[in-house]
Order: sequence, then structure tokens, then C-alpha cells
Amino acid sequence: MSERAERAEALPIFINDVTKTYGKVFALDGVSLDIRSGEFMTLLGPSGSGKTTLLMVLAGFNRPDHGSVKFGDREVVRTPPHQRDVGMVFQNYALFPHMSVEANVGFPLKLRKVPQGEIAERVEGALDTVQLGGYGSRQIDQLSGGQKQRVALARAIVFEPRILLMDEPLSALDKKLREHMQIELRHLHEKLGMTTVYVTHDQREALTMSDRVAVINHGKVMQLDEPRRIYDFPANKFVADFVGESTFLPVTVANGTASYNGTALHTAEPPASGERYDLLMRPERLTMVEGRKPKDVNIFKGKVQDLVFQGESFLMYAELADGTLVPVRGIAQRDAMAKVPKVGGAVSLGLHKEDAVLIVADGE
Amino acid sequence: MSAADTIATTESPRAETSERPHADGLKRDAFLERMRLFGLCSPALLLVLVIMVIPVGWLFYLSFLSDEGTFSLEHYQRMIDSKSYARIFRTTFEVSILTTVICVLIGYPLAYFLAQLPSRAANICLLTVLLPFWTSLLVRTYAWLVLLQRKGLINSWAIDLGLWDEPVKLVHNLNGTLIGMVHIMLPFLVLPVYGSMKAIDKDYLKAAANCGASPTQAFWQVFFPLSLPGLFAGALIVFVLCLGFFVTPAVLGGGRVIMVAMRIADNIEIFFNWGAASALGVVLLLLTMGILYVSSKLLKLDRILGGGSHT
Repeated sequence: MSERAERAEALPIFINDVTKTYGKVFALDGVSLDIRSGEFMTLLGPSGSGKTTLLMVLAGFNRPDHGSVKFGDREVVRTPPHQRDVGMVFQNYALFPHMSVEANVGFPLKLRKVPQGEIAERVEGALDTVQLGGYGSRQIDQLSGGQKQRVALARAIVFEPRILLMDEPLSALDKKLREHMQIELRHLHEKLGMTTVYVTHDQREALTMSDRVAVINHGKVMQLDEPRRIYDFPANKFVADFVGESTFLPVTVANGTASYNGTALHTAEPPASGERYDLLMRPERLTMVEGRKPKDVNIFKGKVQDLVFQGESFLMYAELADGTLVPVRGIAQRDAMAKVPKVGGAVSLGLHKEDAVLIVADGE
Repeated sequence: MSAADTIATTESPRAETSERPHADGLKRDAFLERMRLFGLCSPALLLVLVIMVIPVGWLFYLSFLSDEGTFSLEHYQRMIDSKSYARIFRTTFEVSILTTVICVLIGYPLAYFLAQLPSRAANICLLTVLLPFWTSLLVRTYAWLVLLQRKGLINSWAIDLGLWDEPVKLVHNLNGTLIGMVHIMLPFLVLPVYGSMKAIDKDYLKAAANCGASPTQAFWQVFFPLSLPGLFAGALIVFVLCLGFFVTPAVLGGGRVIMVAMRIADNIEIFFNWGAASALGVVLLLLTMGILYVSSKLLKLDRILGGGSHT
């Protein structure tokens, strides 16, 4: 089974100018997106951003107002869902409650008129792939959430589709299982190699799993890039705010240099004149500086306002001179925690030049 | 003092008691709560006892009394001896089965149509399905008599339209009985079927389509099986109600369609034979319970009645 799947060729997806309106609201606003063959692409956005609508357009359950969707060379925007040959994992799994695990997984093969014996063989193979070998005769209501998730996955890959769609498949699982499944899905993708489009609102999940992430808001692609670039160099304030924790400091720009509170800043890239900028600060990129100021590090002075223990890390809230509250995250390790001043004490925060990213303040 | 100390949680001393505090009190509270709940439903239980258990028990008792007031099985013996009783039971089952089948054939598509409508339109249509409930059963049955008779509306229209030449006998026979009974029973089928269809998650059909099922395949292989619990429940309600039906077959059957309930009425009104009527009632009751039992075994009815919706 897995050998067969490895031979199956993945297909690229070309989305061009897809628009969908509900009354006056744009659910999708001229979305164009190329997904490479074999890529793990995540559509990331808040609820109502249009990410699920886009996935449903790919699956054929949502008919856009206009636009083109191509699987390889084949235009599919007017193809009914049952002729698209894409696998899909639904958010609530949508396993047929009146069928056994076996019948669920074998359903796509039965519809494709695969001979009985081969169905049994391939179903067992797909169940093995998702580590549910031997569960074939179970009923759906006898499965745990994680097992249902695997069965849904097996049903989506059993007919070896060249494109796999997933609609927040892990959102119903608890945190531990979810993180485990993230890695497993990632491995499965590497093994089967099909083009995968994955929808989530969980930025961490998106960063963990994807080759590339498309951040979507108001029916538009806000940024399309690799996870690292999305996190380190967000293209706009929405992405900076939505992905990761962030604090923004308003800065003034003069002569190609940004400054905060009268102090010039070392930044990763120089600002363009004529724009208003905010400085992006990530809690884990801020350090506590003692003694002499290191090279290429911006220093912000403040005092400790609150201290929260969170298990593997701690969060310190520092109040800057202008009253801005800045969260700083540190690893909850004995030495590091011993250095943290107590509440009310003075603290110097350091932000390295490479981490000092300027974001255009677009009034978002 | 360093921040590490501030962060560290304080240890609370665990209460070291070998006793089980309040164990008796909590047990007593639980018992009293159960008693109070029982007290709340006792009026309903009493009512059921008075209007259900006692009359049925009395029915049983009467059915074993001879005309002289001694214990005897003569009423049951007569049912076995007399061929007319066998015919009545056969008619009763025939009419009930036919009514149920016609109700399923008409009601299932109707419920499917309603389930596809947007909720506003569905509510209005559902109201029209329920509307007949607000009119007296007798009035509706007599209305059918007017419509179906030899020179009635339906015959004259059909002849005018050239559908048939001679007036067809639509009433005072099995035809009329079935038309009337299907009309009365239809809502009892449509409502549970509609309910079970609405409970089917739309994602199941999407998943079926995604697996490669055409709309027809998705309907027969996913939607229909998932709506079956509602269909079984509805058909069973209709069938059981039909078994004991009286007014409609009496009026529209014209004496040619005699069902058990009508013979019971005759026994009391004409022959004043309470024992025979009671025995018929007991047999009908046992037959109905037998059917319910068998179908619950065959169709896993406990799952149907215990909330057939799939989540």
C-alpha cells in the first residue's frame, strides 16, 4: 500500500483570482495562490478570514463567483466534488456512523469499483499507515477522538489521491495528542508525498507543520512564506500580531533611522522615509541585560510590573518609561530565574539588532 | 530575596485525618434527594396507575368471565372457533400494513423535501402538515366521504377530465378506508422522519461526495441508512395506531372493512357482551406488544427510541 502511494505523483494547485461574496461581504477577495507539487501548505487565519471557504472551493463544496482552480493542468472549478479525486479530512471527521471502520475506509474504493479482495488489502494497509492496524471491525462510536482522527485520515488517503485537504483536523484533540499528531501528520506527508492543504487557526500548528504558510484575513492572502520568514519578518501588522506574541512600540523615523523615546535604534532593515512604523518585540527575543551594553543590542529601561510562572517558562511584564507594558519570556531554569529582579525592581531589556523588525503601522 | 522564591508555590499542609468526614451526612443527602425527586413524579405515577394499569387489569379480568360471572375461556374459545374473527384480524393487519406502506411511500419523500428547505419555509410547510391535527378526526373523515362518494367532487372531476368514464367506487370499501387512514396517519410518519433527517450532519454527505459518491450514491449509501431509525419509528407508530383504529374505517369502509376495534364496539353496543369485547381487546394488546417486541429485537429499537440521532 505505502509503496503504491509513494509512486503516486503529487499535483500542483493553481488558484487564480478566486472571489466569493456573501451579499456585500467578500469571503474570498481575488485570491491567487500557487501550491507546489508535494508541498505542505497551511492556510492560517482567524475565524471568518476565508481560509475554510478557500479549502471548500478546492474540495468543490463552495462555488466561487469567479476564478480558476487548477489541479495540475486540469481546470476543476466547475467539477462536482465527487469527480475531483482529492482526499479530505473533515474538522469533525464525518465518519459514517452506520459503517464499521473497515467500511468507512473502504468506501472510496468501493465507489471506485475496486475488487473486493484488493479493497480489504488496501484498507488494512491504510489502517497500518495510520497505526490502527487490527481496528477494522470496530464501530465508529467505539473509537476515541484520536482514533477517529486516524480513521478519517486513512479514509482520505486510501484511494491515493494526489491532493489531500485537511480542515482543522486536530482542533478537537487535547493538547498533548494534538502535538503528537502534528509530528505524525508531518511524517506521513513526507512518506506519502501528496500535495497537502491544511487549514488551521493555530499559528503554532501552522509553523510546526508547514513547508509554507499562507496567512489569510478578510478573504485575502496577507503573506505567503516559509514559517521562519512569517515569524521573523512579518509583512504587515496583521501577520505580526496574529502569528506569535507581539508588542508594538511606536517609533519615529528621521534621516533613515528609527528612534524610540529619543534613542536611535539599531534595526534589521532601515526604514523608508514617509511611513509610520512600529517596532515589533517578541517576548522570547527580549533579554535581561546586566552591566555593560553588548554590541548591536537596543536597550529599553523599565521596571518589573508582574511575574508569572508558567511551568516550562516564566513571563515577566516590564513597564517602560512611557507606560507601555512589555512581556518578556524566559526559560524557567534555576539560573535564569535567579537573575530576574523582583516586582518593582528596575530592569534593562535588550533587543538584538537582527530581532528589531520594523512594521508599517497601517492603522490595523 | 530572589524572584525564584516569589514564583515558588507555597506548600499547603495536607489534612491528615483517618476519618471519612461527612460520609454519613453526604449519603443521607443523596438519599433524601432521590426521595424528593420520587415525590415530585409520584402524582404522574399515580395517574398512570389509575388511568392505565387498573383499566387494563380490569379488561383482563372481564375477558376471563363467562356471562354467568364464573371463570371461563369461552370468549377466547369463540375467537378460535369462529372464522369471522380470523377474517377480522386478517383485515385489520392488511389495512394496517397497507396504510403503513402507503404512508412510507408518500411521507418519506415529503419529509426529505421538508428537510432540504431553508428553516423558515420548512416551518411553514411543517405547519401545513400539522394543520389537520387541529380539525376533528370525525370532520375530516366525513369530508372524505363527501369528496369520494359516487357523485362526489373527485369522481365528477375525473370524469370531466376524462380520466375515467364511469364513477369509480372510492368509498364504502377498502379504497376509501385506505385514503382516509393514510391522510390521518401521515403526520405521524412525517414528523419522526423529518426529525431524524434534520439530525443528519451535512458533513456526512460532503464526506461521501469527497470519497467519490455521486449524489444518488451518497443518498442511498449514507443519507438513507442514517434516516432509517426515524423511518422505522414513524412506520411503527403508524402501524400500531392503525391496529386499533375505529372511526375512519367505520365511516369510510361502509361496513365492508371490519377491523378489530369495530367488532369491539359492536360487541358492547349491540350485543352488550363486555367479556367478548374485553377478550378482543386483550388479544389486540398482546399482538401489538408482540409486534413491538419482535421489531425491537430485529431493528434494535432501543437505539431508535433512545435518540436515533448520530453525532
